[in-house]
Amino acid sequence: MTPSRSLLAVEDLGVDGIIRILDLADHMAEVNRRPNPKVPALRGKTVCSVFFEDSTRTRLSFETAAKRLSADTMTFAVSQSSLNKGESLRDTIETIAAMGVDAFVVRHGSSGAPQMIDAWTQASVINAGDGWHAHPTQALLDAYTVRTAIGRSGGLDGLRMAIVGDVKHSRVARSTIAAMRMLGVHVTVVAPRTLLPPDVGESFADAVTDRLDDVIAEVDVLYLLRVQQERMNEALVPSLREYTTRFGLTAERAAALAPQTLIMHPGPMNRGVEITVDPAELPGAVITQQVTNGIAVRMAVLFDLLGSGNTAPDTTSDTSMEGGSL
Amino acid sequence: MSLLITGARVIDPTGERRVDVRVDGAVVSEVAEHLDPVDGDDVIDAAGLVLTPGFVDLHVHLREPGREEAETIETGSRAAALGGFTAVVAMPNTDPTQDSVEVVDFVRHQGERAGLCEVLPSGSITVGRAGERLTPFAELAGAGVKIITDDGNGVQDPLLMRRALEYADGLGITLAQHCEVERLTIGAVMHEGSCCSRLGLPGWPSIAEELMLHRDIELVRLTGVGMHFLHLSTAKSVELVRAAKADGLPITAEATPHHFSLTDERLETYDALYKVNPPLRTAADLAAIRAGLGDGTIDAIATDHAPHAPETKEQPLDQAPPGMLGLETALGVSLASLDMALSDVIAALSWKPAAIAGVSDRHGRPIEPGEPANLTIFDPDDVWEVVPARLASKSRNTPYIGMPLRGRVLHTILQGTPVVRDGGALR
Repeated sequence: MTPSRSLLAVEDLGVDGIIRILDLADHMAEVNRRPNPKVPALRGKTVCSVFFEDSTRTRLSFETAAKRLSADTMTFAVSQSSLNKGESLRDTIETIAAMGVDAFVVRHGSSGAPQMIDAWTQASVINAGDGWHAHPTQALLDAYTVRTAIGRSGGLDGLRMAIVGDVKHSRVARSTIAAMRMLGVHVTVVAPRTLLPPDVGESFADAVTDRLDDVIAEVDVLYLLRVQQERMNEALVPSLREYTTRFGLTAERAAALAPQTLIMHPGPMNRGVEITVDPAELPGAVITQQVTNGIAVRMAVLFDLLGSGNTAPDTTSDTSMEGGSL
Repeated sequence: MSLLITGARVIDPTGERRVDVRVDGAVVSEVAEHLDPVDGDDVIDAAGLVLTPGFVDLHVHLREPGREEAETIETGSRAAALGGFTAVVAMPNTDPTQDSVEVVDFVRHQGERAGLCEVLPSGSITVGRAGERLTPFAELAGAGVKIITDDGNGVQDPLLMRRALEYADGLGITLAQHCEVERLTIGAVMHEGSCCSRLGLPGWPSIAEELMLHRDIELVRLTGVGMHFLHLSTAKSVELVRAAKADGLPITAEATPHHFSLTDERLETYDALYKVNPPLRTAADLAAIRAGLGDGTIDAIATDHAPHAPETKEQPLDQAPPGMLGLETALGVSLASLDMALSDVIAALSWKPAAIAGVSDRHGRPIEPGEPANLTIFDPDDVWEVVPARLASKSRNTPYIGMPLRGRVLHTILQGTPVVRDGGALR
């Protein structure tokens, strides 16, 4: 794997790479605030979304990002695919690659599928979520959202974050925890043992607890993970009600938060489970901003991988990013 | 015309010596410090080489009938012969299952037709390996079956397992268990530990093996009927077997080369080549398996040779089938990985598994006049690397690419007839 060609896991970027993407996202956010939020930076490039698992939100976010950079986009969704006709994953990828694709945006239910695809194609591969493993652009947009909300540049040294819920089955948790820690955030994982990966140690998080109330008043960021309701059949928690009692953001817990604490959620939210208050009434909620920032961050990732250089684009005019040259 | 093997260092159950060995027909005819060739003798100059009884693999998947695109009994037998094996126990997870005399006879006959090693069909414990009804043990025993196992799956139902042991008593067969409590391994693709946490892969916890092993050890204690434990992979499993043997229970155990040479960190590339069941475990487990082989707690090295066609291994880990090739690399991996006396390694590859497989009347024999000539000759010091394209197996899923192996089989003699000469198969 060539680190500059693909984005498979956020760890591969290193701290400098993450900050480079976040800085680039600042420029992209500026583009997005324009009346005509479109630049020709990736004109002539083709980005193919290959989604083997449903995810309308992430797919739309990537496609919007690609279009705002003037890339051509294609979508390959598994329901209309030949995988149902017995074609192998490798043959599918090689067939699409033969049509001339510069980047694959891959969502797959199996951990490691983007790594395999990366080995089969010369095109860039952007992991848009694989199994329980990784979701690097989510981690980047989370970091970007925190950095923007607190008005910092550079890293996030000294902040404290609690991430709450089903860490075990969550690619968002794996990537976001890793990115936040790389940027200097102290991360506490809050979950019952049943929702923790086995052998969670210092290499995974700075602290682990099953008592949200012990940490809630001390954190700068409270990150709520989505409860996957299908997991309820696996004896991981006794009931959604008990989950909410122990780990939900209730009105009482909201009152215990410091006023500046940011509330985050990767979506889609289960109202009444992870959160029983209306996030719109919480001053620190940045859940909508996460979605908005997702586009700028994915533009930054696409430009970083497909643009001609790693320096920030000149975004002062609509034509300055022609052909990716700066 | 006879076959004369000169100058070999002989290692067999009686010890070690340097002698010349003459083979006439299917038997060893003469053993002496020096034998002169007579006219027409086929002479193998084995100076610097080791001559041992042929190896016996308690655990291979030959895929025929049912998955001939991955392996046939002929190609698997050729891989076995090239690995120095003169007998292999063919696991029953074929399609159809080896749960009847007809299928078992078919497997045996295909082995005889190939003529490269003795293929010993196992039978399944339950019909279709479905874990519900016992197969006709006595009929299978009558067809020459010695090992009865549902390998690929463990027998989940403790009542059924107890009945199987009780019913097997006195039939001259050995029940062999694949220890895995399946409720603990749903969707599992690799060892449960810090590595699987990092990779976001569902874990196969050690306790899923150890619980069933413990259950079955207690069933052996209850019934007094012996059992063999397949491919043990964890440190605790070694401890359990050690303690049970100290109690005098009639049990035996095997370990695979991959479980004493490769760790779960191999999965970091998400390459399904390293997916195997039970999974590759930690360095501490590897050390315990090696120690168990060293002190005899684990009786035998068995390969769990499991061919899979390339396209099936080119899938994401959760979709790819488990298993890796082992026949052609077993000796090389063993000598490269184990810090044991050569004679102890050979014991674990030859006469100890021969006894478990119920074939010590003809395999793993002393190299003495009148004994069946199932023999292996290898260079114990040759360091080499496996080249997948040159494997005799129909599949290519060897996990040992790039790993220096030590010890290479040069000649294999089956019932007095060379089937491998100078590292190449003769048929």
